[in-house]
Amino acid sequence: MIPAAFEYHAPKTLEEALRLYERHGDEAKLLAGGQSLLPLMKLRLAAPRFVIDLGKLRGMNHIREENGKIAIGALTPHAEVEHSALLRAKCPLLVETAAEIGDVQVRNRGTLGGSLAHADPAADYPAAILALDAEILAASTSGTRTIAAREFFVDMLTTQLRPGEILTQVRVPILAPKTGTAYCKLHQPASGFAIVGVAACVTVNRSGKIEEVAIGVTGLGPKPYRAAAAEKALRGKKTNPKLLADAARTAAQGVEPLSDLHASAAYRREMAAVFTRRALERAVARALGKKA
Amino acid sequence: MAVDIQVRINGKPHDSKVEPRLLLVHYLRDTLGLTGTHVGCETTLCGACTVLVDSKAVKSCTMLAVQADGAEVTTIEGLAGAPEAGGKLHPVQEGFWEKHGLQCGYCTPGMILASVELLRGNAEPSEAEIRRALAGNLCRCTGYQNIIEAVRYAGKKMKGRKR
Amino acid sequence: MATATRYIGKPLKRKEDPRLIQGLGHYVDDLRLPEMHYAAFVRSPYAHAKVRSVDVSKARTAPGVVLALTGADVKGAIGFVPCAAQIPDMKSAPRPVLAVDRVRFVGEAVAVIVATDRYAARDAVDLVEVDYEPLTPVVDPERAMAKGAPVLHEPYKDNVAYRWELEGGDLKKAFKQADKVIRQRIINQRLIPMAMEPRGVMADYKPGEKQLTVWSSTQIPHLLKTQISVMLRVPEHSVRVITPEVGGAFGSKLNVYPEEALCGYLAMQLGKPVKWIESRRENFQTTIHGRDQIDDLEIAVKRDGTVLGLRCKVIADLGAYYQLLTPLIPTLTGLMMCGCYKIPAARMEITGVLTNKMATDAYRGAGRPEATYFVERAMDLVAAELKMDPVEVRRKNFPQPEEFPYATPTGLIYDSANYQRSLDLVLKNSGYTKLRKEQAQLRKKGKLMGIGLSTYVEICAMGPSSAMPAGGWESATVRVEPTGNVTVLTGSSPHGQGQETTFAQIAADMLGLEPDEVQVVHGDTAAVSYGIGTFGSRATAVGGTAVYKCLEKLRSKLGQIAGHILGEDPGKLVFRDKKILSKSSKKSLNFVEAVGAAYVAKTLPPGMEPGLEAVTFFEPTNFTFPFGAHVCVVEVDSETGDVKVVKYVAVDDCGNVINPMLVDGQIHGGIVQALGQALLEEAVYDENGQLITGELMDYAIPRAADIPWMELSRTVTPSPVNPMGVKGVGEAGTIGATPALINAVVDALSPLGVRHVDMPVKRERIWQLLHKPSGRAPAKAAPKKRRAR
Repeated sequence: MIPAAFEYHAPKTLEEALRLYERHGDEAKLLAGGQSLLPLMKLRLAAPRFVIDLGKLRGMNHIREENGKIAIGALTPHAEVEHSALLRAKCPLLVETAAEIGDVQVRNRGTLGGSLAHADPAADYPAAILALDAEILAASTSGTRTIAAREFFVDMLTTQLRPGEILTQVRVPILAPKTGTAYCKLHQPASGFAIVGVAACVTVNRSGKIEEVAIGVTGLGPKPYRAAAAEKALRGKKTNPKLLADAARTAAQGVEPLSDLHASAAYRREMAAVFTRRALERAVARALGKKA
Repeated sequence: MAVDIQVRINGKPHDSKVEPRLLLVHYLRDTLGLTGTHVGCETTLCGACTVLVDSKAVKSCTMLAVQADGAEVTTIEGLAGAPEAGGKLHPVQEGFWEKHGLQCGYCTPGMILASVELLRGNAEPSEAEIRRALAGNLCRCTGYQNIIEAVRYAGKKMKGRKR
Repeated sequence: MATATRYIGKPLKRKEDPRLIQGLGHYVDDLRLPEMHYAAFVRSPYAHAKVRSVDVSKARTAPGVVLALTGADVKGAIGFVPCAAQIPDMKSAPRPVLAVDRVRFVGEAVAVIVATDRYAARDAVDLVEVDYEPLTPVVDPERAMAKGAPVLHEPYKDNVAYRWELEGGDLKKAFKQADKVIRQRIINQRLIPMAMEPRGVMADYKPGEKQLTVWSSTQIPHLLKTQISVMLRVPEHSVRVITPEVGGAFGSKLNVYPEEALCGYLAMQLGKPVKWIESRRENFQTTIHGRDQIDDLEIAVKRDGTVLGLRCKVIADLGAYYQLLTPLIPTLTGLMMCGCYKIPAARMEITGVLTNKMATDAYRGAGRPEATYFVERAMDLVAAELKMDPVEVRRKNFPQPEEFPYATPTGLIYDSANYQRSLDLVLKNSGYTKLRKEQAQLRKKGKLMGIGLSTYVEICAMGPSSAMPAGGWESATVRVEPTGNVTVLTGSSPHGQGQETTFAQIAADMLGLEPDEVQVVHGDTAAVSYGIGTFGSRATAVGGTAVYKCLEKLRSKLGQIAGHILGEDPGKLVFRDKKILSKSSKKSLNFVEAVGAAYVAKTLPPGMEPGLEAVTFFEPTNFTFPFGAHVCVVEVDSETGDVKVVKYVAVDDCGNVINPMLVDGQIHGGIVQALGQALLEEAVYDENGQLITGELMDYAIPRAADIPWMELSRTVTPSPVNPMGVKGVGEAGTIGATPALINAVVDALSPLGVRHVDMPVKRERIWQLLHKPSGRAPAKAAPKKRRAR
């Protein structure tokens, strides 16, 4: 219940934060809401020497349209994503995904950047971030770089972020016409994390042909991934229930599913197919302007 | 290495020097003696420690006191001072009493504050909306049914007052 | 009742609530004394190990630490953790308050730290070095019984704690006459009680007065006082236990725990107050668990559905040590094994087994939910086997209303019931016939919908002392203060049940007062006469009756005083509207005047003692037996195995009702706790004896969104056992609801040939059944094609 002692820093500018983070390296943890970090610290599964609280940084909590994309500050709480009118109109997948994270209190404190940087294999956001081909901006004392979502997740709790780098912003595309998205999730009953979470983004033309499709899967393996085989099976085909179901069946291809108290690897694999199909069905229906 | 913080709690300013690792819930309970906020787990799941920080429901066991620097915190003790309450029992408190929305009372302050946030955005939530909004608050006594009744009661009351 | 009922039977708002909804109540951790110190425990990470050494030297010199003690330091100074239950030939399994040379479950304490604040105490825990020699853990109870299994408590040669048998009726004949014998193994899994408030203890010692005061989150303040006195060898009159607000318990605080005695000891050593508050992790590991039985069932049945006999062999996993009632709990399963059925012959064989886990003990229902669960499953197994409707099988085996009091082959006398009436009502309220039609329609479409029924009886108002390990009576003192207010002091120790309100309702009606004029006091052993406590749905039926008897005595005395003053026959006076009045002559005396007369003592009838205080130690003549009927409807997602409860209808009968709103609240909570067991909850230890559901991250209890709206109603069959005709309701929902849900799930899956599913019905478990249907041919509905939809 009680974290170990640490040295606390609450920088007011990003530059200051970057300098501190560079200086303290591995011994420091960034606090960006704390809904994952603080429980770990209270159970003493994490005991950083330094905590750099990003909560006082200005300009990192925003959702705005910029150069044809939507830019979301890393410190934007899940609840603000969930309730953003801009995102609801232009990138509803993030809204739907944010609404599935934890509970109201967690969504009020937890942040987009914090969740992505933590890279919990059962977190919800990564599925959507992958399906949207989002761009992740990472700053360091030597400048800012852009990381493609597909490159971002490396392994369980590990991302492309380098020592000293701070995730500052996520950029997602504006929903193209004739595009539908959906996030479907099987909850772990105790923690609410995803046993399997599937985000689908599907563009369908007038004749019902799938022009573009992206499927992000979380919870299944040590890191979230794009269901490439399923996407391939769908791209350029005319949508129909059997097509979606057959494609969904390949959702776990090439992945070694996790196995734990709540779901065996075999069950996770099967659920990946079920929830991929459900997400696809819902996304396609939305693309076609049907209620789903 | 104590840190200076300034927090408004239930309308009153507090200047304190705190150890950085001090949890907000311990700051409220042990430092300020506001023991109405309870602790029920260490993994951010039970919601007994829910308070309002800048009008948002948060779990005060998953927030450091230093993170509340500059914020406005409302605990169960200060709810009567909320705009909807006007110095009396808040309609949500009243609802919990009227509808038998509590038994042992341990989850109640957190449950009430989570309900306050819900009703500020939605005075007439459906049963499903209430159940979803209270997903972060566990109760082992009531089976939640009378809590739902309590929230509905309060919603109606708050809507009536606005008119 | 021979009294006006202005308040009894009415849904009064609770007197407890204003403080609780404003954060003004005081649970143990809300109390604070000057110079408060905090204790923290060093706990074993091993399920089974020898403790070679415990080195607290670094911890002793850590900042803020004032004391660090090991098992060796307190050995001899503090007695073993008490067990009140004795079963003939039971092995002993003594548990020191701190382990000395061996640990037997994960979480067992080996050292304690006391520091000036809780952060310092927690930090110092990490500085204690313990050298463990791991031993092979014994986790599975059946393997624990096997030859060659490592033995927990040497010098015994095995881990069988006891064997207990109970038999009634002619069992041989029953099985001989049976047309069919149905066998089924039924698991009642281990549960974590998970009261919202973890345990907490604060102790303070005043050496001048030689007074030790212990505040504890407990259900049994008086029994705790006695046990602390024994464990610490302090005269009992020097110990005071205070139970402040208790944040839920469900049996988990019907116990005496090492920390309660240790905090007392530490406060005495230091001369400073010491507080310990359990973390949730500690709560999961070291507060008692519930259930954990393997029940092997044999049912002898005639072709027409008449059950002739029931045989059950129970393996009860007791854990590593006995807590207060550990060995006793499974025997309650034996007593209630026939449920609400007229089964002429029954036999129970229990084997209690010691394993490297936390002790099991009383958890809401305590032994009776296990019985109800298997006997209700048994009725459905009979129905399935004979292709009868479960309703019909139940009706066939109910005793008739005129057969009460009804004697069971297990030696109980059921007080009063009308099982037919509650069943009829639940069938009507749930639209049972219509539900069956809907089900048939849905099955044609390949949908899995199930309807489950449970008709239960439970044993409450524990109980006659002859049947209890340490007294089954309850005490009450009712005092009318000189100004006319009433103070009710009860030996019950409510922790959410609302007796501050219900006892005030009783007193107000009996004395013609308002409930606000009555204050109910409980939980302070220095104020309240020795009592037993709140558990076993006993507070109203036993504790409330004690209050009622006090009130009768006071009415009699006040009547004599008023009669004397008014010149009326005391027997013809009534208490109404703060007056004592004669119905015939209309003469009256203000209540407060009569009270004043008792204290001023100038106008008392000759020979009468002054004062107005009555004391009762009420001994019930029998248990009470509430009952009811529940219907649960579920939908099973054939793709995920997810079970959704879509309808829940309950009819409960707890005898006369003091406050219907509170009764409904108890039923709601009880049902949801039962649905928690059936749907979600299971304490899982891995093969190393690690509790892998060690946090709320992995142990799911029901949330608001996991459960349906519950439709309640009741029948009223008063109990003849006590003057108010009340039965008790605290555990009814928990006892009645698990079988209703599981019967519904099995019903949903029955077209696939499924005849039993163990709890909890986790999705994967159901998914496996759906995709590998236990070797049986799928039934006619052939739902195999559904997967592609």
